[in-house]
Amino acid sequence: MFIVFFMLCLLSSSAYAEKITIAAAADLKYAMDKIVKVFKKNHPLEDLEVIFGSSGKIFAQIQQGAPYDLYFAADISYPQELSKNGFASSDVKLYAIGKIVLWSTTHNASKMTLTDLKDTKIKHIAIANPKHAPYGKRAQEALEATKVWNDIKSKIVYGDNIVQTAQFVQSGNADIGIIALSIAMNPELSNQGAHWPIPDNLHKPLEQAYIITKRAANNKLARKFADFMETTPAREIMIKYGFVLPKERDQTKNPGKK
Amino acid sequence: MLLDDNDIQTICLTLKLASITTIILLIIGTLLAWWLTHSKRKWKKIINAIVALPLVLPPSVLGFYLLLAMGPNGFVGKITNALGISPLPFTFSGLVVASVLYSLPFMVQPLNNAFESIGKRPLEVAATLRASPLDAFFSVILPMALPGYLTASILTFAHTVGEFGVVLMIGGNIPGKTRVSSVQIYDHVEALEYAAAHRLALVMVIFSFLVLLALYIWNPKSKKE
Repeated sequence: MFIVFFMLCLLSSSAYAEKITIAAAADLKYAMDKIVKVFKKNHPLEDLEVIFGSSGKIFAQIQQGAPYDLYFAADISYPQELSKNGFASSDVKLYAIGKIVLWSTTHNASKMTLTDLKDTKIKHIAIANPKHAPYGKRAQEALEATKVWNDIKSKIVYGDNIVQTAQFVQSGNADIGIIALSIAMNPELSNQGAHWPIPDNLHKPLEQAYIITKRAANNKLARKFADFMETTPAREIMIKYGFVLPKERDQTKNPGKK
Repeated sequence: MLLDDNDIQTICLTLKLASITTIILLIIGTLLAWWLTHSKRKWKKIINAIVALPLVLPPSVLGFYLLLAMGPNGFVGKITNALGISPLPFTFSGLVVASVLYSLPFMVQPLNNAFESIGKRPLEVAATLRASPLDAFFSVILPMALPGYLTASILTFAHTVGEFGVVLMIGGNIPGKTRVSSVQIYDHVEALEYAAAHRLALVMVIFSFLVLLALYIWNPKSKKE
């Protein structure tokens, strides 16, 4: 019985022609899961898995030979650097512009601005670690641009990535946080709290880009998935999660609507 | 200078956390190990299993439950709130509480072994000499269990220094408060500062080696009966 089961496992894994692994920045957690689901529905024979982490971590892993076929970063500089060093087999392609929001489950964040963070009632403010998480870097820039950074610095707690940052807020341990709009738009979170979009002019743009890695140079499935990101179903999901897509950005001037 | 100020700050914080945790566990661990050694209750085995849990549980499980329990909606959070103490996550006290749980078996199990190998006899002898139980413990048991205490303290201290997952989940990575060396190394690596990561990591390797070496020098197997 056990042997039969074991054999089945072996067989089932060889039934797929190709298998790819997608490494994606944590801000894509919910959107990418959805996109992969739709892709699998359209291509039931293809096998692909997604792992999530901070952009910096995945960047380092690819340099050390991690078996990832596609890399969706939250900051274009990481794939650019990989491409420069010969780790890419495709162009560095912009796929979305990210947005940051103030988000809270205990305060009505939709009526707050960054200067309200100085309020003594707010004890802990969660942001992603600016040292290696692009969304954390942009959060710090926005706080510095508003000239509140020095006043609230001691209240800041740092999440390892943007999902953990959201989790600090969701569990009620941090009063408020600056997270990716794409995370705040996930139904599980948007039901719990309100958010306030942080104006784009307070920070450098969150230009998110992907590459097909060198090891997937001849992988048809990797190419197919990259192409799928350009199709309407995938784009609609990205828009639903609050991303501004490259082409759309040029047409609409003010993407800050909810 | 090999290490920068931030790295040194994390080392000081790590040593402070490990020291406080060890001191607290010396007290809790002694009481618990003593009870486990001498109690005849059947459900003692259940307590034994609970004490050993942190040995096998992934730190993520401990971190997850602590984050929820200590949060404003958790039962620990409600207690701290009622007592007027600020919530434990993102605080140094929170890390101490987590470390005490995380390192509990490393204190209790060696002490339990030490007490068991001493047995009841010395206490009974002390009692015939009219020593009070407390007196008997400090003048008879403690000296006899000293190697056990050394092992337990060193293991507890070292294990707390090596703590990572739990701290990452409930600490919030605050410089000077919850950013310990293991987290600092992780951040260095994530930020691709490999040289800085190497320096701090090397300090950890040397430290851990020296601690374990001390353990084997002070407490060689041959001395154990």
